[in-house]
Amino acid sequence: MRRITLWVLSTISTLVLLFSYHTSTSSTARAGTSIIAPQSTTATGSTATGSTTTGSSASGTTASGTGSTSAAATGSGSTATSGATAASETVDGSVVSTRFGNVQVQITVENGQITKSVVLQVPWNNQKDQQINARAVPTLNSEAVKAQSADIDMVSGATYTSQAYLQSLQSAIDRAHLS
Amino acid sequence: MTTLEIPVRPHTTTGVTPTLGRKAFVEQVMGMPVSVHIRATEPTRVDIAAAAAAVFAHLRKVDEVLSTWRTDSHLLRLQHGTATTDELHPWLADVTLLCLEAEDRTDGLFSAWRARPAGRTVFDPTGLVKGWAVAAASAHLETVPEIAWSINAGGDIAVGTGRGMHDVAPVWRVGIEDPRVRGQIAEVVTLTRGGMATSGAAIRGAHVLDPRTGSAVDRPGSVTVVGPDLLWADVWATAAWVDPDAAQALMAARDPEHHLIRL
Repeated sequence: MRRITLWVLSTISTLVLLFSYHTSTSSTARAGTSIIAPQSTTATGSTATGSTTTGSSASGTTASGTGSTSAAATGSGSTATSGATAASETVDGSVVSTRFGNVQVQITVENGQITKSVVLQVPWNNQKDQQINARAVPTLNSEAVKAQSADIDMVSGATYTSQAYLQSLQSAIDRAHLS
Repeated sequence: MTTLEIPVRPHTTTGVTPTLGRKAFVEQVMGMPVSVHIRATEPTRVDIAAAAAAVFAHLRKVDEVLSTWRTDSHLLRLQHGTATTDELHPWLADVTLLCLEAEDRTDGLFSAWRARPAGRTVFDPTGLVKGWAVAAASAHLETVPEIAWSINAGGDIAVGTGRGMHDVAPVWRVGIEDPRVRGQIAEVVTLTRGGMATSGAAIRGAHVLDPRTGSAVDRPGSVTVVGPDLLWADVWATAAWVDPDAAQALMAARDPEHHLIRL
């Protein structure tokens, strides 16, 4: 069952990344241009029996591979630490469509805590968006970790791009509990 | 950091808290992702999955009847005069009555009716339907033994328990997004039972109209209302977005168990 989940998740994330990664450069791209970035995807299954400290029953498994894209994202291969105490899981949030484009994040959960979050997709359709995102994305990255340090179960709010992000964070939290 | 407890009855400390696992169910319904989270000692039980499916089915049905996007919804067929009242779901009547009550209770700060420039009056109960639908759908979870549940429908949240969990209801920590800083959590509210709705114009722009003037409410910030029931938390959040001071005074007088958080 775990293997099937792994396979499904890694396949989904690959497909998602392949089909919906939006990237562009400020000088040449126009709104709606979509460039498919080269992907390298790894999925490492592990049956380690790490014990987790909080609610999650994840046990040292790697949930999904990560597409690492050349320019924008510093995607990382997922790691699974097997051992008596450590359990790491990398989960991709769902792709959320906004007026400006798609937003997707990925989080790494270790022992029930988010230790890292990476923005896999942000809208880069024009110069303005790029400036906005260049400012917003690092904040979002650190905030995801900060939010989890406060151990958030759900996220309430009503906005656009950040709603998309938060929903994606919510979605990533959701996914940590889907299996 | 705000901490609000909205227990239906006092929290007991004598109950032994069981170790709870957690399981999430997510579907795209009514144009938004809806997450159902369950805590239970054995969250993979089939009756839990069935109840979660029933929640989504309920919301899909609500969408069929009351969507303002689907031209085949009962609501739009009614508005466009392409359906006789016999064909329409009784929920339309329920929601219409609730909208009247909401307008009454909020002294018109909430209104589902508005005038179009052409002089036509439009009935748009969207501001009430989400809270109403989620609160009603959660009935499918309240009958499930020994679970605690939480539903997040596009940022509006309902929290509660099934049967036999009243003394050991776990706390859900809900972060409220900072309306001024994208992606930041500004407040954390802990809930064991109740509803919580946020209204604001932050990045999505002004989408709530002031029924008194007909113009859009456009200012920074957001308001969140926490109360025993998501339906009324949602209505009060909309009213408080239109006029926070007036809504707070009305809430204190008419629905004192609700709390307003301004950001």
